[in-house]
Amino acid sequence: MKRLPVLFSIAVLMNTAMAANPAAGNAGAGQQLWTAEHEVKDETRSCTTCHTADPRQGGKHIRTGKAIKPLSPAVNPSSLTDEKKIEKWFRRNCKWTMGRECSVREKADIMAFLKSN
Amino acid sequence: MKTLFFSIAALSLMGALLIGAGNALSDYDGRYSHEDDDDRWEHMMRRSTGVYARPNPTYTEECGSCHIAYPPGLLPADSWRRIMSSLQDHFGDNAELDQATNQEIMTFLLTYAADNSSYRRSQRMMTAVKGASTQPLLRITDNPYFRHEHHEISPRLLKQSGAASMSHCNACHQRAEQGSFSEREIVIKGIGRWDD
Repeated sequence: MKRLPVLFSIAVLMNTAMAANPAAGNAGAGQQLWTAEHEVKDETRSCTTCHTADPRQGGKHIRTGKAIKPLSPAVNPSSLTDEKKIEKWFRRNCKWTMGRECSVREKADIMAFLKSN
Repeated sequence: MKTLFFSIAALSLMGALLIGAGNALSDYDGRYSHEDDDDRWEHMMRRSTGVYARPNPTYTEECGSCHIAYPPGLLPADSWRRIMSSLQDHFGDNAELDQATNQEIMTFLLTYAADNSSYRRSQRMMTAVKGASTQPLLRITDNPYFRHEHHEISPRLLKQSGAASMSHCNACHQRAEQGSFSEREIVIKGIGRWDD
């Protein structure tokens, strides 16, 4: 029972560390988020709806059909380089896909997943 | 005497025609010999078959990632205002912009909206919605002039063209993003050139 506060402190510290250093995401958790399905406005939505499950592949906008370049920096070097752009698309696409904004942790995990591919 | 008179008359008539033709030819040559005139010619053609299109890097970047950057002359200013103030639900998609970017794009769209355009297709778009008591249209494809121009495009033909919907202008209009909607530039997948 005495250990509980200690564990709690560690958890808080870890969380803070993650928030302060978004680069330290978990690629595995990111992949789960990437493929997770959400029910929004009577539709099943996922990151993969437009981007496909493989970040190395290009996607296609589900409504307009416009081609989307691969997000993996390994095949598309200009991808994920502009901080402002990254935040803009997270804001828009998290809201569309999940019906809410992504947390700092979630964004870090997704970034880690995309960069590891 | 009569013969001489007719001969002279005929000769002068031919002469006049030749001079006329000569003038016309030199006009023709002149039109194409100067680059400025060349631009003016193309401009004139576009005025009758297109809408004003001026590239704006911010607009192309922010709005052209998901769909073609629709030339501003395709919608009235009131429609653009409505669209730009409801980007959080942009035809079911979230297309939010920060305030500064939104303002910059709005200014561009309102400046070149169909309202004050001297381009024929913009004017036709405006005439088609003039006096309408409803809210400004959000979709270019709901404009009566647009529908009239596309009445021959059946759902089957649309599907065949590979267009996701009627809003996919450049599936058939090869230079849509440049504001050019000349019939000569229409190519429909599986059919080829479109001749009215």
